Amino acid sequence: MSGPRLYGLMAEFEDPTALVDAARRAREEGFTKLDAYSPYPIEALTEALDIHDRKLPAVVLGGGIVGGLAGYALCYWCTVIEYPMNVGGKPFHSVPAFIVPTFETTILFAAFAAVLGMLALNGLPMPYHPVFNAPRFALASRDRFFLCIEAKDPKFDHDETSAFLMKLSPRVVMDVEE
Amino acid sequence: MADGTPTQAVEKPATPPGAILRPGYDFATLTDKLAAIALSRRTPKAWFFGAAVGFLLTMVLLASITAIVFKGVGLFGVNVPVGWGFDILNFVWWIGIGHAGTLISAILLLLRQPWRNSINRFAEAMTIFAVSCAGLYPLLHTGRPWLDYWLMPYPNTMGMWPNFRSPLVWDVFAVSTYATVSLLFWYVGMIPDLATLRDRAKKLWAKILYGALAMGWRGSARHWQRYETASLLLAGLATPLVISVHTVVSFDFAAGVVPGWHATIFPPYFVAGAIYAGFAMVLTLAIPLRKIYGLEDFITLKHLDNMAKITLATSLIVAYGYGVEAFMAYYSSNVYERYMIWNRMHGPYHYMYWALIFCNVIAPQALWFRKFRRNIPALFCMAMIVNVGMWLERYVIIVVSLSRDFLPSSWGMYHSTRFDWSMFLGTIGLFLALLFLFIRILPMISIFEMRAILPEAKVLEAEE
Repeated sequence: MSGPRLYGLMAEFEDPTALVDAARRAREEGFTKLDAYSPYPIEALTEALDIHDRKLPAVVLGGGIVGGLAGYALCYWCTVIEYPMNVGGKPFHSVPAFIVPTFETTILFAAFAAVLGMLALNGLPMPYHPVFNAPRFALASRDRFFLCIEAKDPKFDHDETSAFLMKLSPRVVMDVEE
Repeated sequence: MADGTPTQAVEKPATPPGAILRPGYDFATLTDKLAAIALSRRTPKAWFFGAAVGFLLTMVLLASITAIVFKGVGLFGVNVPVGWGFDILNFVWWIGIGHAGTLISAILLLLRQPWRNSINRFAEAMTIFAVSCAGLYPLLHTGRPWLDYWLMPYPNTMGMWPNFRSPLVWDVFAVSTYATVSLLFWYVGMIPDLATLRDRAKKLWAKILYGALAMGWRGSARHWQRYETASLLLAGLATPLVISVHTVVSFDFAAGVVPGWHATIFPPYFVAGAIYAGFAMVLTLAIPLRKIYGLEDFITLKHLDNMAKITLATSLIVAYGYGVEAFMAYYSSNVYERYMIWNRMHGPYHYMYWALIFCNVIAPQALWFRKFRRNIPALFCMAMIVNVGMWLERYVIIVVSLSRDFLPSSWGMYHSTRFDWSMFLGTIGLFLALLFLFIRILPMISIFEMRAILPEAKVLEAEE
């Protein structure tokens, strides 16, 4: 085994404006394999990195539809097919009464789809990730903003990319090992 | 600071009257101060006092549950004709309290009210703990709690299935969904803060605990985008859910024929009552907590003022509900309905009814005055009055309605027993114990959402 491979180059910024600006310029420069890290969600950063992920709403919609169908099917199957019981002369297929459990299962399944879908699409839980190797990365959950250009980017070249990042006036540029 | 002690910030300006955050914080000082609450080794003395009370009363709860499981629900004061007493009353009371947590975390998120950011986390925790307390009552009230899994639909050798036309089955679905979704919402909301605690923790066990719970969160922009989408979608799902839960709870009554229960006003009136009770409970908790932990910088007078306003608004809706109940009884010309309201006002429990009117209709009118809303001891007293008032409301609806229904020959009085009271005190203990555990080990104020409302969090337009 040779030494640890390079995962990418990471630049540290002190404020969100610098990070958004850096992300935009890195994209304009032609980098595609890059990610930014911030201690709170920044809407402008999503735009700067051109992140368009529309999968999650579809997953949640799917969860809701499955939940609704499953809930109604449960009520129908139990009350009409498997265990028909005359309660106060009400019809076996009591649509209004079935709405309530159906509604609840719709919400339940959609909520699970939202949470599990978000985690799955984000690849979490992920106990190990190379970016944690960056010496000051713990500050990404406190007060610092990071931009990482990954080594697998076709335009990546250690010295040139490093020089490019230095032009963005970061606090520091570090190597991140795999 | 890295060791978890609060950073001594330089002299900060005082909080202006309308501010939701004291000026002078930056990302670092805010993070350090809020993370230190969970990470610091120094625990305020008041915490030990509160936790001790909570654990002591939890022991009372465990003893009561043991007695009830051994001897049966005959230990409760329920009997013919009042078959639903403290157990169902306290169930409805606790469930209602939980609703404010969801309202603050979901509805105010959708309405883009940034002031919610400092109170949503512990309000959500309050929801979960209140629902836990609420759930105990019907589970024990079934009489054979070891068979409570019969409430769920599952294939069994008896070949039996729940009756989906019964509001009590709806309740099982509504409350269990509510508990699950609240837990999911709460946990997902905490992930970025757990990552902060993981990165700030010094002790190995804390790093492992928070690291495992944070699931490797690293604050990536791609993650944040999906995270924000998930939060908004969960808020959109939780909003109709919270309204449905108390609606279904009100169906437990409204679908029955007992005079005083069989009313179409019940769903909206119950939901408003739930929010009213819940905000009072948030105030009851927030006022001491901000004092104990010195959180006046984050939970400002503006927060208390806003919550007091919502309490006032919902008290007016609840008052309207009382009015409609009386009017419908009169307008129906139905002798039983008319007697029901007469009985509430002049019957053997009339003092309960008038105490409830005082607590929920008359006393909250003081909240019209800004001076009152910003007087912390007065506001705390008002919150306690509301807590009592909502408990009385459920007493009047449940016990008083059942005690005198159609046939005078079947009338009877309700007498609570010491087990009713020990269960009630016990659930208050469980609630306090869980709450104090929570504020000790988990971030009770959402750190990342507080960062987002700092002035320096704004991205300035690039000069072009």
